[in-house]
Amino acid sequence: MPFGNSHNTLKMKFSSEQEFPDLSKHNNHMAKVLTPALYEKLRSKQTPSGFTLDDVIQTGVDNPGHPFIMTVGCVAGDEETYEVFKELLDPVIQDRHGGYKPTDKHKTDLNPSNLKGGDDLDANYVLSSRVRTGRSVRGFCLPPHCSRGERRAVEKLSVEALGALTGDLKGKYYALKNMTEAEQQQLIDDHFLFDKPVSPLLLASGMARDWPDARGIWHNDNKTFLVWVNEEDHLRVISMQKGGNMKEVFNRFCTGLTKIEELFKNKGHAFMWNEHLGYVLTCPSNLGTGLRAGVHVKLPNLSKYRQFEEILKRLRLQKRGTGGVDTAAVGGVFDISNADRLGFSEVELVQMVVDGVKLLVEMEKRLEKGQAIEDLMPAQK
Amino acid sequence: MASSFARILSSKRKVGILSLVGAGSLTVGFFLNREQHVNAGAHVRRIYPASAEYPDLRKHNNCMASHLTPAVYAKLCDKTTPNGYTLDLAIQTGVDNPGHPFIKTVGMVAGDEESYEVFADIFNPVIKERHNGYDPCNMKHPTDLDSSKIRGGQFDEKYVLSSRVRTGRSIRGLSLPPACTRAERREVERVVIDALAGLKGDLAGKYYSLTLMTEQEQQQLIDDHFLFDKPVSPLLTCAGMARDWPDARGIWHNNEKTFLVWVNEEDHTRVISMEKGGNMKRVFERFCKGLQEVERLIQEKGWEFMWNERLGYILTCPSNLGTGLRAGVHVTLPRLSKDPRFPKILDNLRLQKRGTGGVDTAAVGNTFDISNLDRLGQSEVQLVQTVIDGVNYLIECEKKLERGQDIKIPAPISQFK
Repeated sequence: MPFGNSHNTLKMKFSSEQEFPDLSKHNNHMAKVLTPALYEKLRSKQTPSGFTLDDVIQTGVDNPGHPFIMTVGCVAGDEETYEVFKELLDPVIQDRHGGYKPTDKHKTDLNPSNLKGGDDLDANYVLSSRVRTGRSVRGFCLPPHCSRGERRAVEKLSVEALGALTGDLKGKYYALKNMTEAEQQQLIDDHFLFDKPVSPLLLASGMARDWPDARGIWHNDNKTFLVWVNEEDHLRVISMQKGGNMKEVFNRFCTGLTKIEELFKNKGHAFMWNEHLGYVLTCPSNLGTGLRAGVHVKLPNLSKYRQFEEILKRLRLQKRGTGGVDTAAVGGVFDISNADRLGFSEVELVQMVVDGVKLLVEMEKRLEKGQAIEDLMPAQK
Repeated sequence: MASSFARILSSKRKVGILSLVGAGSLTVGFFLNREQHVNAGAHVRRIYPASAEYPDLRKHNNCMASHLTPAVYAKLCDKTTPNGYTLDLAIQTGVDNPGHPFIKTVGMVAGDEESYEVFADIFNPVIKERHNGYDPCNMKHPTDLDSSKIRGGQFDEKYVLSSRVRTGRSIRGLSLPPACTRAERREVERVVIDALAGLKGDLAGKYYSLTLMTEQEQQQLIDDHFLFDKPVSPLLTCAGMARDWPDARGIWHNNEKTFLVWVNEEDHTRVISMEKGGNMKRVFERFCKGLQEVERLIQEKGWEFMWNERLGYILTCPSNLGTGLRAGVHVTLPRLSKDPRFPKILDNLRLQKRGTGGVDTAAVGNTFDISNLDRLGQSEVQLVQTVIDGVNYLIECEKKLERGQDIKIPAPISQFK
């Protein structure tokens, strides 16, 4: 909760043992790492804006998790959270991001000409291509912790910056609270509109406070570049189009992001970034690139192949239903995207998706014809 | 463990003792002392001016939104209670839940006893609106748990299927559910179940912790309609009451299943006395006896309930101040409920109807939940008497309609006695 930090002083009157949460039934990254000793060590600390340990872990305490899915169970309230509570967050990050060490460096590469190929994914199978990431504006608290004043300032800044985009990136902002019925319906039809979060994972962290104040959607006139303002992160940036031209999608993504960053810098604001964690976002799972590059692809035969999961794992890809995370595939159409976020650059991750999807389509075509695909089995990336 | 709580309590005790000194001439002194005490909270650190932080309440229809002007917000937004509770925390639920065009919700909660003092400039008008004109600035709330004063109270069981009285109690010195830390919540649980364990005779019973209960115990509690679950209403979750669920939550009931206490749900405790049939007098007797026993038992250990003469019993939601009491029956009124004068009759009797599932449910068959409208400004005895007299009148109307006779709308009864 924002700025009510004197409550942490109250807590210090009780012993660490009295305050330590009951995590006996929990299965999330935070619960695995947070021992009573660590809780005792960190509970008196706070970030300069007043975010405390209990604020970081509340979502993980309130949501024990799923026996099969390992959620993160903690969030950042500002950029400094990752520093002040590093003894908790470094092991969580290491566990979540495949062994990424506190001393590792993350490489950022948003030069789209470094991507090889990606313009020729077979449109008979690849129905659409999309790349998304997030950005946080340095100097402002993140959604779990920001006050209304801060959130509005982030919105104002973002709308001004986006308003200066030109050419095929030129577009318009739709504030959630001012939207007309007609605008709302159009955004729903375009599959652009986001709604107040319902997931208890998000609600418990305080991100949905004051909804829909200072939330909105910006998109370009061509409807291929979209920015969400003040949903789970300050900004979520999405580039997408129908068909299999991932190269074009990624080109626009990089160009757009770079331009937006420049426009923010002109106003004296940088994005939160450092060479260890890359781009800093609310959820530790989105650190590094915060990038999910994916396609909707028809794989009715391959998805029934006994080694489908293994193939995806080796290609460092994950599957979701076409409704997004936690949905089921419909009609043999899957959302296939990169599994990693941190420790690989943007170009490297999109390359994995491009190369991987190419291979998956090839396998699908073979299986259609009743041919074997063992010789196509990839090595672990 | 006890020593840290004793220290906190000793500062709260001074406040409590001051609040029990009732004479009018001491009121000014009381408030002066209060002011000195409750300004002890640290100031809120702000980057933006109040005008940049003021919530957008244009689409809102709740009591908080009706009274939180930019001026009041600016006056209060930097203050905290001694525990660190802020205005933004108090109003968050009302900002997040604009309300319903037809139902006016309260839109704010208290995080501790001092919230009602530190943020009095917004709580007082909200209380006045919600409690039909009760003015905390110049009125006193009467508390009366002497059940021997009740006249009548045995309803015709051809019509009344069950009788129930509920209220809440808060433990002075510990923060309320929207703001409490895990340690405070666990201490509430400990203090309360310790006291309940001292109940004897027809009040002797057992505690079922939500974290430890077995599948079997859970099923039994569901079958008895006793089990409460994690709140789903955004009105409650946005206020932070469901944090750390189900830690330190539980249900206690006596062996006879007629006296029930919820621990750490929306309030520190919710106390319920109920039975099948129409013996409201006995339900209320047990209610008073149980409450007074529990109070005696916690006082033996140096604790007390949050109470003051301005607001009565202090609970999380301003709508439950005063008595926090809802006394009601499930009653079948097939003819009266179809009479167009029914709502007006209820209104004049200062009663409200709900479906038998509780607030926001519809009636099933012709059975209604009828209970008192008011909470603050009248005593427990007065409110239960109102329900007894009112329900008897409704039954008389039903009987008259059965006989083909006409009924009369009663004169409106006075609100503050």
